[in-house]
Amino acid sequence: MYSQKLIDHFKNPRNMGRIENADGIGKVGNPVCGDVMWIYIKVGKNENNQEIIEDIKFETFGCGAAVATSSVITELAKGKTIEEAEKITNQDVIDVLEGLPPLKKHCSLLAEQGLKAAINDYRERQKTKT
Amino acid sequence: MIYLDHNATTPCDPAVFEEMKKWFTEMFFNPSSIYTPSQQARQAIEDARKKVAKLLDASPEEIIFTSGGTESNNTAIIGTAYLKKNKGNHIITSLIEHHAVLNVCKFLEKNMGFQITYLPVDKYGLVDPDDVKKAITDKTILISIMAANNEIGTIEPIEEIGKIAKENNILFHCDGVQVAGKIPVSVKKLNVDFFSLSAHKFYGPKGIGALYVRKGVKFRPILYGGHQEKGLRPGTENVPAIVGLGKACEIAEKNMEDDASKEKVLRDKLEKLLFERIPEIIVNGHPEKRLYNTLNICVKYVEGESMLLHLDFEGICASSGSACTSGSLEPSHVLLALGIPPEVAHGSLRFSLGRPNTMEEIEKTADVLPKIVEKLRKMSPFWDKK
Repeated sequence: MYSQKLIDHFKNPRNMGRIENADGIGKVGNPVCGDVMWIYIKVGKNENNQEIIEDIKFETFGCGAAVATSSVITELAKGKTIEEAEKITNQDVIDVLEGLPPLKKHCSLLAEQGLKAAINDYRERQKTKT
Repeated sequence: MIYLDHNATTPCDPAVFEEMKKWFTEMFFNPSSIYTPSQQARQAIEDARKKVAKLLDASPEEIIFTSGGTESNNTAIIGTAYLKKNKGNHIITSLIEHHAVLNVCKFLEKNMGFQITYLPVDKYGLVDPDDVKKAITDKTILISIMAANNEIGTIEPIEEIGKIAKENNILFHCDGVQVAGKIPVSVKKLNVDFFSLSAHKFYGPKGIGALYVRKGVKFRPILYGGHQEKGLRPGTENVPAIVGLGKACEIAEKNMEDDASKEKVLRDKLEKLLFERIPEIIVNGHPEKRLYNTLNICVKYVEGESMLLHLDFEGICASSGSACTSGSLEPSHVLLALGIPPEVAHGSLRFSLGRPNTMEEIEKTADVLPKIVEKLRKMSPFWDKK
């Protein structure tokens, strides 16, 4: 049912935990549906003065696929510029996992939405700062 | 490997398998043929029928062989609906039945103009016989209530419901798949008209079951063909599987008391250890009126499938009523019917013990699970890490 790649991410999730004083937090999913993801980001700048995702962490309540897709999205986003990170899709997550069972596709969407929500949250906070 | 999923299926007893073997190979004959070897196959079927009847305190002529629990349930419910649809179109069942009953009722609702009353249950999963009584109308033709629930193990008051059905002259079907071979059953005492069982739930082969039909009770078959099983279930008999079912019944009768006392000790131990070692868990099902082999818990703030995967990494096989394991987005209909919030129901785990389990396996499971829960709770946004 699950690929070896997915099992690896489930067993050894990357970037698991929370970031205290995060610059943006994306909270997606619904406990009633059995999947909830919280994505934390810390934003910095690279040598070209572009905003990048310096650090990213996740907390997830959910099934094997939910945990693995959370892990993958954090890996994909880490170090990328905000613009690049925003372009990451659920298909990118599925590709890294070498496929997902059809019933678990919504987990990859949740991961994409979680990252986008964290970035949006960051932008909103920036607005109120200025 | 530690197998704790016996309510899903059990290993076929080697003695059962041994007895089945020759009916595949040298004794392959069609029991309907006239020659001597065929007559031996016929005799083997009738011997098995006696054994099934004995397990249920029924007469052999009241036993029909089917392909399993699902077919037995379908036959009793659809077969009664077909025959009685002019007399009435109302059936009473419960919210926590197996899908092999619920989806049959939904079929009748959708396609045959039936009205179904799905009775609620209390927080332990018990159907109230009074609710059954109140639900009866002059259109009620059948009551179908399970003997024990497959997920939580709660044992229903079948004898009382049977009495009510009899008093009101309504047919009563009981899905007995989870109790047959586990606890003593007397269809006479229970006042049931139909009783379903399945061999693979008590160390018999898969693909074979039986339906008890009380003498004199009629139903319209759902399959049409030859004269086998008095035309009520046509098709060349699955002789090896029928022999296997018979043997499984014989073994179950002999072992029932030992199985019960042994498995209860192990189940209670598992329950106790898990409660000592894992905070914020609840047990589902009735504290006493519960199958001695079943332990269903909800672990708050963690999702069931995640726990099952980690248990599997440790070689432990169990099951869950989480959405992810049911193939839908809804958690178990049984847990929801108990009034458990969906987010808690997603964290359910079912351990169902069987004859081969040992104390060592229980202790290993109770060692492993708390670590899994701790790991997953660390990951959960809802778990407060203090």
